[in-house]
Amino acid sequence: MSTLRFSLVCLLVGFVIYVCGHLFGVGYLFFAGYTILQYVVLSSAWNILGGYCGYVNFGSAAFFALGAYSTVFFYKFYPLPIPLLILISAVVSGIVGFGMGYLTLRLRGAFFAIATLAMAVVLQTLVVNWDYVGGSRGAYIVRADTIEIGGFSIEYIEYLFLLMMILSILSIVISRAIARSQLGFGFATIRDDELAAEASGVPTLRLKLIATTISGALMGMAGAPFPYYIGYLQPASAFGLEYGVNSIAMPIIGGTTSWVGPLIGAILLGSLQQIATVTISSAVNLLIVGLLLVAFVVIAPNGLVGLVQDRLRARRSK
Amino acid sequence: MDFPFELLVNAIIAGLLLGGFYAAVTAGVSISFGMLDIVNIAHPAFIILGSYIAYIVNISYGIDPIVVSIVMLPAFYALGTCIYQVYYVSFEKRGQESLRGLAFFFGLLFVTEVMLILVFGVDYRYVEASYIGPSLHLGSIDLPLRMLVPCVTALVLFGLLHLLVTHTFTGRAIMAVSQDQLALQLMAADPIRIKRIAFGISIATASVAGALLVIIQPVEPSVGREYIGRVFAICVLGGLGSLPGTLVAAMLLGVMESITSTFYGPSWSPAVSFGFLLLTLAFRPAGLFGR
Repeated sequence: MSTLRFSLVCLLVGFVIYVCGHLFGVGYLFFAGYTILQYVVLSSAWNILGGYCGYVNFGSAAFFALGAYSTVFFYKFYPLPIPLLILISAVVSGIVGFGMGYLTLRLRGAFFAIATLAMAVVLQTLVVNWDYVGGSRGAYIVRADTIEIGGFSIEYIEYLFLLMMILSILSIVISRAIARSQLGFGFATIRDDELAAEASGVPTLRLKLIATTISGALMGMAGAPFPYYIGYLQPASAFGLEYGVNSIAMPIIGGTTSWVGPLIGAILLGSLQQIATVTISSAVNLLIVGLLLVAFVVIAPNGLVGLVQDRLRARRSK
Repeated sequence: MDFPFELLVNAIIAGLLLGGFYAAVTAGVSISFGMLDIVNIAHPAFIILGSYIAYIVNISYGIDPIVVSIVMLPAFYALGTCIYQVYYVSFEKRGQESLRGLAFFFGLLFVTEVMLILVFGVDYRYVEASYIGPSLHLGSIDLPLRMLVPCVTALVLFGLLHLLVTHTFTGRAIMAVSQDQLALQLMAADPIRIKRIAFGISIATASVAGALLVIIQPVEPSVGREYIGRVFAICVLGGLGSLPGTLVAAMLLGVMESITSTFYGPSWSPAVSFGFLLLTLAFRPAGLFGR
């Protein structure tokens, strides 16, 4: 299927989901759905660098928070429409991703991983000490109840849901297109044997920089509408460890080698967490994520997609 | 305005004491990351686990936290060897240690932290001992005993580790395993066994470091996260796997953090270590004392 046709199918599916949710008529569905879609974006973005290139990014929360705080920054300045803020956040996070990659990607993989952790803390300290964006007290974002689009008046949460739906479709389409392009093959060579790739003339540093930039920009886009969603943004919620953990756990549980894995992981794990948060407690739901991550890494290293593939292969060879 | 010289001297002394403690925290990572090439980012979580064990025994029976941590050494050693065994079978043997190994330790970090939260809640916990509170005064210099005792303990621990690594067969084998596994096999030592022992020792240091941590400051489960960057900053700065380098780097970082928090406020001090780590990685990845 060509990328264009695939995007159209995705848009159609997204629209059907939205209409179903609307007919169901429960506002909470959109609240929960927004969080799940947000994780679809984050885990697809993480997978472009982590799954395709094999470089682990622990700082997803930092890129996410960069997006969220770009929104706060411009909100204080002049309240721009959210789609524009998403673009600005993409640029800011993309630039930071590029800089980050440029500083550390020439080193061994582990250093990059540790540096991303470090970056999250440096950024958080900067934000805590920066009064303009609210400092440690946090910042309030006032949003309307409804919004007019093309003559229709829709609930604001539905508007945010639709935006996040478009972003998740965008990230899925991008990661699928990358996997099938020359770029994707380049990424795979880096993951499998960077030295051999370098020796065969693959421009590894340039490819890795492309990956960090795209991945960072997508994560920033996921964070941009967040202040409007939550209404009150403080550093601890924007830099929450759950973003870092989930954006690693979801692709690994789903399967890291294709675009399907992060999508499946995000939908399954995201829904599970929503259910666990409502029925048990939010600490327990994080424990579930951690245990699943450890279990999958040890027992099923290729994730759910890998398990299904193995099953199919076994059946075919019978 | 004249320069607050006394303040500076006190900040440097406090930083050196803090640095001694940081050295104890980093010793384990210096072994696992520096010598064995195992990126154990869960190490701070084990330190917090050590803190909580010292806390429980101290509160229930009034035993000194440092004594508790020394008694607990074998348990932590056993825990370390078990973790290494899982790590070896699932990742090293399959040659997948980079991505999945990291995710594994990240998961462990997270699970340990959330379990502690579920059991103890997020309240700050502290211990009681006779040396918490009083200070020595040498002229205008203050030496709080709650910093001095951990610092001295840390230096003793560090000295013992250094002796172990340089003067015993196992210790030298640990140094060798990071350089050439095949050569080690020719010397009739099993590299997997040596690595298991080394990783056990590295986790065992977390027990002592945890007890020192809970003496210095009240502890809650997520405190460990601050130490991830600090520990790796020191480890990289000291040149991977070099114990004396680690000690010097720890002192250096302690002094810088102490000066920053004295003159600019404590809310900036986390950025010092992480900023320093980023700069080191960018400009001198071999560390100050790297080969």
